This record gives sequence, C-alpha cells and structure tokens, in this order.
Amino acid sequence: MANTIVHKADGRGHANHGWLNSYHTFSFGSYYNPEAMNFGALRVLNDDTVSGGMGFGRHPHDNMDIISIPLEGDLEHKDSMGNTAIIRKGDIQAMSAGTGIYHSEQNAHENEQVKFLQIWIYPNQKNVEPRYDQLTLNLADRHNRLQQILSPNPDDEGIWIYQNAWFHMGKFDAGKTVTYNLKDKANNGVYAFILSGEITIDGQKLNTRDGFGSSNVDALDITADSEAEFLLMEVPMVF
Amino acid sequence: MKKLKILSVGRHPEIMQTVVRLINNNADWEGTSALTDKDAVQAFDHEVFDLIMLCSGIEPESEANLRAYFIAHRPGIKIIQHYGGGSGLLTAEIYEALK
Repeated sequence: MANTIVHKADGRGHANHGWLNSYHTFSFGSYYNPEAMNFGALRVLNDDTVSGGMGFGRHPHDNMDIISIPLEGDLEHKDSMGNTAIIRKGDIQAMSAGTGIYHSEQNAHENEQVKFLQIWIYPNQKNVEPRYDQLTLNLADRHNRLQQILSPNPDDEGIWIYQNAWFHMGKFDAGKTVTYNLKDKANNGVYAFILSGEITIDGQKLNTRDGFGSSNVDALDITADSEAEFLLMEVPMVF
Repeated sequence: MKKLKILSVGRHPEIMQTVVRLINNNADWEGTSALTDKDAVQAFDHEVFDLIMLCSGIEPESEANLRAYFIAHRPGIKIIQHYGGGSGLLTAEIYEALK
C-alpha cells in the first residue's frame, strides 16, 4: 500500500527578508518543523524570489547535491572553482558540494525579480571532489509529456548528481493524463511539486505550489485538471 | 541556563569558521571547532560536550577512529553528521539531535 504525504502550499515555512522571499517545503534555516524534515533523500525544496540587483552573497556548502531550477528571470552564479554562469528558465544547474565549495547567487538584473527552485539532495557519497554543471533544456520537450531533466548517470538525459534520483518536468494541457513508472521501484519514492495549475495524482487533488510524496508504489497516475506545470522528483527513501 | 556545547570536526577551515559562527548565533549554544583528529580529541578531553558534529572532509578511517574514541570515553555522547556546510540545515540538525 502506498505511503503518501501532502504538503499544502500555504502550510510551508516562510521567510521574507525583503530582498528574498522564500517558501520552505521542508525545515530550512530558522524554520524547523519536525514533521517536515525530508522526503527520503530530498532534504530541501525552497521556492525563492529574489529582488532585482540582490542575491545570496558568498557562502559555503559541503556534502550536498544542490539543484537550481530557474522559473523566471536570470540568476548569476559564481563559485570558488572559477565558474561564472547565468541560468535562466529552461536551464538546470547542479552543484555537488562534496568536500566544500563557496558560491554566490545573484539576480542578474537590477529591475526584474528572479524566481527559482533550490533543491538539496543528500548525496550517496560523502566528500567527493566538488563539481558544477548546468544544462539548457528544450522547453518544448515537456509539453504533454515528461521530460527527464536529472538522473544519476552522466550519459543519460538531463543533468546528473551523486544520488540514485531522477527528475522530470511536465507542462500539460487540461485533461492530459500520463503514468510515471518509477525507475527504482524497490527503493525510491516520488515527490511531486506543482508549479502552476491543478493536478490529480493517484486521486489526490493538488493546486499550485502544493507538494505530494508517494512511496511504496511502482507508478503514479497523473492528470492535469487545468493547464499545469509540475516537477517530479524520484529519490531513494533510505540512503 | 547552561549552554549546549557543540564540538564540530571537519577539514575545511572556512566552513568550520562559518559553522561555529552560526552555532554561536544562538545564545543557548556554544561552538568549538577542530580541524584535525588530534585537536578534536584534545578538545573532547578538555571539555564536556553535549553534541559532536562531523563536517566535511573527514576520511572514513579518521571518522571511524573518532567515533570509537568519543563513544568509548562517553558512551551516551550524541554524534551527528552535518550536511550542507552552512545555515540551511544546521539548526534543524541540532534540534533533531536533541529530541
């Protein structure tokens, strides 16, 4: 029998620092909710809006695989490995912090806000050599089908991380239905995050910015009840 | 009120500085860092810590030796792995360890 959990959008942690407006699905920073610590290896799901010209100053990370998915605007990344890059909607960025890395993330524009998801996954190896990667995806490839954007395999579609995880995105017309078959049925669960619109997953109705986790399942039946965009994150439940 | 004493062990000097600064931001917590196994053992022998936080870069053999030493000398000591290297998870990790 499936184990499921729903995180409604308005039940998330919230921190408004003026320049940063952030919603936390799981405990993060000063938001601590013992009932919302993680979904398997998925530890952080932050829904961030950064004001024009502002950003996160130079700060460290270690032993975490960090994925950024811009939703609107342009985000400039600089890190201690010498990488400088701008990521925008349609891109995905992954950073394996490993033994330690410093980076900054800045809104690339003075007068426009930038919105992005920041997702932290517990890695399957500690103390790896830090690495950074980004990829531009074809947005048309997620229209009415699931587009793989992340996997554990450098040779597979999308970006890769140090974890037995697969991410897919979909932008569906109303009425479109799809079945997602888990890649690792024995060990993984799936966490869905609705970016816009209304979706039903295995009978559970979900609205914009709701989250839904399901484990001990082989597949998920997904129906778009309106035009909708969503992210599926398949991750190990024990790691 | 007695402060919660936390010993953080890791190999990355800047990250360790950041971790201790973040711990000390909480008026009820007091952080100490150690970059080497020798420093960690010396600090552990010198002070009674409530929590040991293992940070990045510790070789598997060192981690096993440190865990064995800490547990042998204080069987009830709580030892946790710190992930993320900064403010994101630190507070929740400490609260979870204290539950």
